[in-house]
Amino acid sequence: MYVYDQYDQQLLNERVAQFKGQMERYLDGKISEEEFLPLRLQNGIYVQRYAPMLRVAVPYGALNSAQVRKLAYVARTYDKGYAHISTRQNVQFNWPELEQCPQILADLAEVQMHAVQTSGNCIRNTTTDEYAGVIAEEIVDPRPYCEIIRQWSTFHPEFAFLPRKFKIAVNAVPGQDRAAITMHDIGINIVKNDAGEIGYRVLVGGGLGRTPILGEEICAFLPEEDLLTYLDATIRVYNQFGRRDNKYKARIKILVKALGIDRMRELVDAEFNRLKDGEGKLTQAELERVKQHFVDPAYKTLTDATAELEVARNENKAFSRWMERNVRSHKKPGYAVVTLTLKQIGTPPGDITAEQLDQVADLADEYSFGELRSTHNQNLVLADVEQTDLFGLWQKLKDLGMATPTLGLLTDMICCPGGDFCALANAKSIPVAEAIQARFEDLDYLWDLGEIDLNISGCMNACGHHHVGNIGVLGVDKKGEEFYQVSLGGNSGGNDADGSSLGKILGPSFAREAMPDVIAKILDFYVDQRNDGESFLEVYRRVGHTPFKEAVYGKPD
Amino acid sequence: MANLINTQGPVQDTELKSVTLEQWQEEKDALTGQSLELTVSSEQTADLFGEDADNFARISIDFPKFADGRGYSAARLLREKYGYKAELRAVGDVLIDQVFFMKRCGFDTYALREDQIVEDAIAAFSTFTNPYQNDVNDQRPLFRRRLS
Repeated sequence: MYVYDQYDQQLLNERVAQFKGQMERYLDGKISEEEFLPLRLQNGIYVQRYAPMLRVAVPYGALNSAQVRKLAYVARTYDKGYAHISTRQNVQFNWPELEQCPQILADLAEVQMHAVQTSGNCIRNTTTDEYAGVIAEEIVDPRPYCEIIRQWSTFHPEFAFLPRKFKIAVNAVPGQDRAAITMHDIGINIVKNDAGEIGYRVLVGGGLGRTPILGEEICAFLPEEDLLTYLDATIRVYNQFGRRDNKYKARIKILVKALGIDRMRELVDAEFNRLKDGEGKLTQAELERVKQHFVDPAYKTLTDATAELEVARNENKAFSRWMERNVRSHKKPGYAVVTLTLKQIGTPPGDITAEQLDQVADLADEYSFGELRSTHNQNLVLADVEQTDLFGLWQKLKDLGMATPTLGLLTDMICCPGGDFCALANAKSIPVAEAIQARFEDLDYLWDLGEIDLNISGCMNACGHHHVGNIGVLGVDKKGEEFYQVSLGGNSGGNDADGSSLGKILGPSFAREAMPDVIAKILDFYVDQRNDGESFLEVYRRVGHTPFKEAVYGKPD
Repeated sequence: MANLINTQGPVQDTELKSVTLEQWQEEKDALTGQSLELTVSSEQTADLFGEDADNFARISIDFPKFADGRGYSAARLLREKYGYKAELRAVGDVLIDQVFFMKRCGFDTYALREDQIVEDAIAAFSTFTNPYQNDVNDQRPLFRRRLS
């Protein structure tokens, strides 16, 4: 992974000093609440329902074991002993004291971590495929490009006060969308042209929130070295012309819709053509420098341990299930990619204790070159595990509660912190997730259902990505009471690059107690309707919305 | 009254005849040749006045709220696209914690809001030693400056 040199470290140390000074001036009453707000937000600090929340950046989900141990230390020392993995692959702490945040940031800086631009109306953490670099299907490893974007966006002098937040995601697997790029302000698809040159297909104007919109193509092929100047041009257009009068209409998606994609492209191209051959153009030397940080670790020359694994799987059904769901193939023979699910019953999705963090760091050292990834599905990944170690690793993960063989299944839910923590939420989301997990804990049933994305957001800000869940649940407030609206048919891309879709609302909302029954009705109807091997989404798309609606609400008279 | 500073410390204001963009556009012929300050609001993007920029001894860009970031793009475009060389001043809600960004976007004087502590603002001009991006003061991003 990327290792800071003296320039990166100096910038981070200066950032720590800057925020320490800002906090002191704030506590001295020299900065008003309103003026301190964006300063703390751009250092990842929200003021939540009970306490401030600190969101630590995990650039494109990359972590090493020293960083994970530091997160455990922060959880233990400044928080209530746990952390939460967010849908932007970041790590959140729910209980730090505001006054302690500068010290936490200083502690994190020792392991090259920070909370830079994890909130606020600026360019946020760039996300990508959690399997980057270890799967054979990708055109090229997307992480160096994410790191280049990270550096370019960090303390960008012109874009610290955009109309609204700005999110970029990068996908590098042809025919798939492994980073939900259609739902980002800018989505970058790394592609190769007919001449074999690397470049980017660029989408703009996607986003969830109150007005979910899928991004549109603004550039079919952008050459590799033009990445940053094109981003500069696009965001410069947005910074000048994006709406600032209404925060709900301030994302770039609204500007793109208002101008139309063709006019947007004209404006961006005019700016880009002026910038593209200037000093801001990326150099091959820089691309090479950053790519050197992501070369393969010292893989052994191995062969696939197929026979050995087959024996273990035949002897142990639970291991076999875990292998099938939570382990996927690696580009190198003899290695495997292992997902650690943070979705055990009784724990909010994505939560992990300090003890678990320490143990996972040890496992990373023992089994996976000391590195880990966080995923937008709120799980963790050990990306480079030798196949002959899988059985031993599985036993340890079982003891940790991270071997639930449900990756991609109904109970592998995405869920925001909701009304238990978040001051914005209209409703709680964690109890709904827990009730659904408890109702559908039978593994045979979950396996029979197959892959279903169930996403829960506690309000229309959509941190739980409910719009793109096959089943989406949205918490709403009705006269001070919490209700839940269900939508069906959303999809975030995944294995089908053109398969992204936004869910459609099923009907009137439900009380919290009713939710497990409602989900059960939807699932029963799916099971009843499906033909051999059809997924939930396939059935929904084939039979349409109305039959599902009638299955839940009954037929109109 | 705002405190006028540059990166070194307090500076004396120079008296200029001040015009809004609307006045300039209406009375261009009469005004041309005079020593002028153009004052623009944050909605007035650089493409509206960039071609005329050389007529002014000073352009003052208003930040109605510190969180309104349009002035940063206007300043960069004036410097980098329209080649404006004379004084560029940030006025309005100009605060300590934004002057470093303003400097990088090409401002050279700052009408600091009166409650802001001048010494702290001067110190803030050196917040970061080697930023990643190119800016108006150095066209090279860090990747062209990095010594390895």
